[in-house]
Amino acid sequence: MTSTNGTGTHGAVLMDKVPDKDAPLVELRNAGKSYGNIRALYEVDLKVFPRQVTCVLGDNGAGKSTLIKIISGLHQHTEGEFLVDGEPVRFSTPREALDRGIATVYQDLAVVPLMPVWRNFFLGSEMTKGPWPIRRLDIERMKKTADEELRNMGIVLDDLEQPIGTLSGGQRQCVAIARAVYFGARVLILDEPTAALGVKQSGVVLKYIAAARERGLGVIFITHNPHHAYMVGDHFSVLRLGTMELNASRDDVSLEELTNHMAGGTELAALKHELAQVRGVDVEELPEEEDLTAPVATPSEGKTLK
Amino acid sequence: MSMAQQAEPAVTTPPASGPGKETDGRTAERPLALRLLARPEVGVFLGAVAVYVFFLISAPPVRDGSSMANILYQSSTIGIVTIPVALLMIGGEFDLSSGVAVISSALTASMLSYQLTLNVWAGVIVALLVSLAVGFFNGWMVVKTGLPSFLVTLGTFLILQGANLAVTRLVTGDVATDNISDMDGFDQAKSIFASSFEVGGVNVKITIVYWLVFAAIATWVLLRTKYGNWIFAVGGNKDSARAVGVPVNFTKISLFMLVGFGAWFLGMHQLFSFNTVQSGEGVGSELIYISAAVIGGCLLTGGAGSAIGPVFGAFMFGMVQQGIVYAGWNADWFRAFLGVMLLGAVLINLWVSRTATRR
Repeated sequence: MTSTNGTGTHGAVLMDKVPDKDAPLVELRNAGKSYGNIRALYEVDLKVFPRQVTCVLGDNGAGKSTLIKIISGLHQHTEGEFLVDGEPVRFSTPREALDRGIATVYQDLAVVPLMPVWRNFFLGSEMTKGPWPIRRLDIERMKKTADEELRNMGIVLDDLEQPIGTLSGGQRQCVAIARAVYFGARVLILDEPTAALGVKQSGVVLKYIAAARERGLGVIFITHNPHHAYMVGDHFSVLRLGTMELNASRDDVSLEELTNHMAGGTELAALKHELAQVRGVDVEELPEEEDLTAPVATPSEGKTLK
Repeated sequence: MSMAQQAEPAVTTPPASGPGKETDGRTAERPLALRLLARPEVGVFLGAVAVYVFFLISAPPVRDGSSMANILYQSSTIGIVTIPVALLMIGGEFDLSSGVAVISSALTASMLSYQLTLNVWAGVIVALLVSLAVGFFNGWMVVKTGLPSFLVTLGTFLILQGANLAVTRLVTGDVATDNISDMDGFDQAKSIFASSFEVGGVNVKITIVYWLVFAAIATWVLLRTKYGNWIFAVGGNKDSARAVGVPVNFTKISLFMLVGFGAWFLGMHQLFSFNTVQSGEGVGSELIYISAAVIGGCLLTGGAGSAIGPVFGAFMFGMVQQGIVYAGWNADWFRAFLGVMLLGAVLINLWVSRTATRR
């Protein structure tokens, strides 16, 4: 990331801090957030290590968005602790999170559709040249760098001048990831990157997640698709109704268990019971409650059940 | 654990960087003429040429050099405020108070200098501060409350309109301010804001120079500086811009203050060319500025536009305003013309933005 010189402060932050290899980059301890009298998130523990993909799964309204908003600096936690490199922090703007190397790729990708690809790539961290009254954008260098970085991630675009809104969903996602990686992110938060994508495009995005991990980043991968999560994840946290339901590493959980947790195990059984009251629904084929909860009932080490 | 094996290839094959310059190959280059036509500035330029040719034919006096200087002068008085209004529009907001703010600024300078018998420069400076403060207030209200700028600036518009009339009545007992032409510093200020010079026997007003210089600076800022990048970003997608670290509030507030500056500049020009200010004027000008910006290719919803387009937009308006007079028609037709041009421009803008975002 030496090529970031002159582009902003994140590169510099990276260089003078060499954190312990095994220490978590980002840690939440018993963290929570209330919006007025609504407790959106409580008692959440999360650790993000370098070279690991931490998957946060959860249904709609489980608190996934609140969680990433706290880590990315859009909102502040109201309970517990939030640590970066072991230091308690409280970000008041996304800029502060960025300066600590925490980059977020949002669901809407944080791109400005009508602006050209290269302007989007450098938005908020533009390269400039010249002294103040005539300090101007270094357009040549920005275009060249954006092109190189995108090619490094395997994205080939004919024309960086085209508005980013003309790219496909997968391409835009990849541009956003490439941007975060380029700007020296140590922690990459991906908010449902595969939600709106087809099978092939999802595969491309998952490949970049793996590539980002190979580059030494800690990745927080938010999704509600356990299959996608299991493809690349090293650690899985399932959120349910604002709190952690499952917190397990890859060795301790199978895809079936993960899927069950996502589907809401016991709730499904209850739903089956309800459906039994409705004529025309054949419940014989649906699994019993014991089947659904069985794997979870025998928790192994490292798995915390709430 | 079958899934784990599936994941392996994805991890072990990081995206390869292609050798040499390969291209995607799925986008075909469109012909130059088509690409140029899709640029809003080119569209409005052609529109301005069409209007010019139309009046060249239908109104013979327009062919005279001095009429041209007159048309350009008329355009420049519209254009000087249109430029910051256009930047603000690209930044996703608009300002209904810009028309009366011109008069407020001129009234402030005039009454302050006259009533306190100060050097006119004191009034000029205070007027600048007042104009910037009005701009700051507009911007601050918009970013802090999240209300649409339409509502906030409609409020400011009404406040200023009322205050212009009421305060002038209160101070001077009349609807206009007193003549300040014999006060200290007047000649100096007039030479800056309202002088003129000869070019080949034609009397050219200095506002034309300011207009073009401001447009050139605005174009450079918009396309070649960080701040310009931010203007497009806050207008295109405010939340995205904030998320990547663009100072959204600063950008928006400063844009409103820039409109305040434009209003002040035109206000000073009017004060020093007419020596006195009519307190009821300015109402309706804000819509002309906004229309000129829209005709110039600025997207009303923000995120797209230029500073050059509004120059042609202002020229079209100035041309029509004067051209109707030279053609000997009733001047009432001006607004009708304005409406037709505005609708045409909006339809073209709509088409452009749809083409640009089509997936």
